[in-house]
Amino acid sequence: MSLRVPLDPASASGGVAADLISLADKVVAQAQGGEQIEAYVSRGGETEVRVYGGEVEHFVSAQSEGIGVRIILDGRTGFAYAGTLDPNAVDEVLAEARDNVAFGTVDEWAGLAEPDGVPRTPQPLWDESLAAFPTERKIELAKELERLTLAADRRIRVDDANYADAWGEVAVATTTGIRETGRENGCYVAVSSLADDGDETQTGFGFSVARRPDLFDLDKASRDAVDRATRLLGATKPASKRLTIVLDPYVTAQFLGVISSTLNGEAVVKGRSLFRDRLGEQVASGAVTLVDDPTNPDAYTATDVDGEGLAARRNVLIDGGRLERFVHNSYSARRAGTVSTGNAVRGGFAGTPGVGALALALQPGARDQAALIADVDDGLLVQSVSGLHSGVNPVSGDFSTGASGMLITNGAVGAPVRELTIASTLQRMLLDIAEVGSDVDWLPMRAAGVSLVIHDVMMSGA
Amino acid sequence: MRSGGDFAEVYAEDKRSTSAGLDDGRVEQVTSGRDRGAGIRVVAGETTGFAHTSDLSESGLRAAAEAAAAAASQGGGGTRTVALTRTPTHPNNVVERYPDDVAKADKVELLRRVDDAARSAGAEIVQVSAGYADTRKRVLVANSDGLLADDEVVRLLVRISAVADGDTGMQTGFHSMGHTLGFEIFDSVDVEELARDAARQAITKLGARPAPSGSMPVVIKHGTGGVLFHEACGHGLEADHIAKGASVYTGKTGELVASPLVTVVDDGTMAGEWGTLSIDDEGHPTQRNVLIEDGVLTDYMWDFLRSRKEGRVPSGNGRRQSYMHLPMVRMTNTFVTEGDSNPADIISSTEKGVYIARLGGGQVNTASGDFVFGMTEAYLIEDGEITEPLREANLIGNGPQALRDIDAVGNDFAMGGPGTCGKDGQGVPVGTGQPTLRVAAMTIGGTAA
Repeated sequence: MSLRVPLDPASASGGVAADLISLADKVVAQAQGGEQIEAYVSRGGETEVRVYGGEVEHFVSAQSEGIGVRIILDGRTGFAYAGTLDPNAVDEVLAEARDNVAFGTVDEWAGLAEPDGVPRTPQPLWDESLAAFPTERKIELAKELERLTLAADRRIRVDDANYADAWGEVAVATTTGIRETGRENGCYVAVSSLADDGDETQTGFGFSVARRPDLFDLDKASRDAVDRATRLLGATKPASKRLTIVLDPYVTAQFLGVISSTLNGEAVVKGRSLFRDRLGEQVASGAVTLVDDPTNPDAYTATDVDGEGLAARRNVLIDGGRLERFVHNSYSARRAGTVSTGNAVRGGFAGTPGVGALALALQPGARDQAALIADVDDGLLVQSVSGLHSGVNPVSGDFSTGASGMLITNGAVGAPVRELTIASTLQRMLLDIAEVGSDVDWLPMRAAGVSLVIHDVMMSGA
Repeated sequence: MRSGGDFAEVYAEDKRSTSAGLDDGRVEQVTSGRDRGAGIRVVAGETTGFAHTSDLSESGLRAAAEAAAAAASQGGGGTRTVALTRTPTHPNNVVERYPDDVAKADKVELLRRVDDAARSAGAEIVQVSAGYADTRKRVLVANSDGLLADDEVVRLLVRISAVADGDTGMQTGFHSMGHTLGFEIFDSVDVEELARDAARQAITKLGARPAPSGSMPVVIKHGTGGVLFHEACGHGLEADHIAKGASVYTGKTGELVASPLVTVVDDGTMAGEWGTLSIDDEGHPTQRNVLIEDGVLTDYMWDFLRSRKEGRVPSGNGRRQSYMHLPMVRMTNTFVTEGDSNPADIISSTEKGVYIARLGGGQVNTASGDFVFGMTEAYLIEDGEITEPLREANLIGNGPQALRDIDAVGNDFAMGGPGTCGKDGQGVPVGTGQPTLRVAAMTIGGTAA
């Protein structure tokens, strides 16, 4: 969890995460001769309800907490963590982190973040009504979603229907003057569906994510689960050929996630980005303007502070196809001779901050998906992809992924197809983007979805 | 133990870990970690309640137990007292040098040797990253059936990735090793050799041509393709998918589901392997389970609760990522047993196809059987000979179809590298293995016509 709501100094005692920041302060105060210390302390909880056949299959209620301590001395870094805030364990963590410093290699750029004066854009990340939402209502929501999904189509079965919520609070303090706390909560409902036709079974899913349960759209979640499963019934394996693809918003969001690893400042300074020498050059078609903006409250991953405690900010990465900027945390920025873009990401107390885009979005175009499809003579509407983690290499740029969707012929959507792959290279795909749709959809990922037309992609099938 | 449900269980864990990462020629940091806590499960009727806590004091455990019982029954329930019988654990691994008895400096030194070896493999190598990680985990499981079992699990992992740069851009190579053994493993495994292999892959791929597109025979080198069976049939044979009719293998026991050349086994007892456990995470001994024998589906994999309901012996496949997770049916070490073909003959009898020297990760849809895999090191087969290296691509297929299409199985069985299997948001360590084998037709997702 990254940092969220800024600390109100007036409420420092009894405010958000007051005991956590007090613990972080105590750890940081133990810095000895020349040590930089960062203490990251968090606590969180979750509820998960899974319903099957109208009954609760399981109900999980859990809390966890922990601390991570990073120490830097003379360019060497050591780190330790514990999944408990027991005072003895905290002492042990500090001692272990200190002991680990000796084994690091001296790195002239090593160092913690320092306050940079960039103001925070406050975000509405905590909702009291969710914190008070009763258990019976959570169970009812999951049961309702299962009922709606089953009622929509006689070919549909439900694998499981779920309600889940989570909350977290966090505090970080450093010897360099960072001192932040925050908290956040959120919830979702999700359903996994199966559609049967004779011997054939296909699967689908639907979900709705919200800051509070009264904002759920159960109808859309159940409709998506039904559509995704039934539309693939009778799908065949197509013949291999080169064609134009139209990516559904959900697929585009995953594609942007892959692209973002090539714009990662850490990959750039370590020579692993295929765009490392291309700043200022045309790397994508003129239709592509890519922005990382965690200060947009519509983004699922909106935040006001990054994982090192610096203000999150809007960064234009690609402008009209021209590569403008990489994303950095304070380490990669120092090494690249620039300043942090507020893009430190961290997975929790058990790790140190990495670098990553926080809330990517393509600048939308003027036309909806139907209009984009109407212009395609011979193409494929890609509705889902699989194996992005295994078939895409962001270092070489080789891109190959399993996919399913609908063939497009003379501007009309036709037969469903599956068990196929689409392949190109990341470099070519960015240049081959013909048009961005108008249908921006903020999904529960670090990127927004939008329909996207890409020319000249190889489809492999029979 | 007192409980308000039909079944109650406590799983307690205390884990210490050390990891070290080297990148860009620097040991970036050594990390020490400590995780401990307990997960408490209460079952009432068809409902499972689960709560976990990092507070192992009596009051902390009681609070978690009450939360789990309340979750399962939504209140109510009686009390009963159970006598616990300690089940002796027969260890499947003998650890000689516990990693926490080894100096951190020795672990860091290992990474330096990896870095040096990979960089000296060729001037094309421009970047190397390497990681070392060890864990020592004590677990204890007790349940309201009277079971009491405990175990200690040691795991040790090394991963190496190399980047080569040339006129055609950058390429990557990867190698990893993982065992449920101690530091003595480095007496028999040469990490520098693994590093040179990662570097060789990256350099070889600099000269690779685009992978072909379309359906053709695929020969998979021994030890690198077990993951195919993990995905193509393993997940579909997990009893939870079967119970919900969400697997293509539902109701197929006793039927021919694969080529008669194929026998698939899941075995949690293999000494030292990455997926090996003495007891599973519900306290039951792991065992060797034959899933498919000579092409015929013999059995599914079971967790304790499901096998208890069916009145059968558990198969030792109830696993969880940590005390914070509910156990479910999971694989351990999944592999295809040896056949009788000479691997060289399998290649020479393939006129045109693809030879996969290293398969990457994969993904399967258990309901439709469709799967994908990355080919991270592959070559063209032309006229029965391995010829040019290929750029990376995914291959795609359908599990039941691929199992039927296996037309040659080699006599050179080998286990592969360590894997992490993801299911329902939980990752657990698994092993895979297989002899060299050929699938008569699979779709290669390259760009070359």
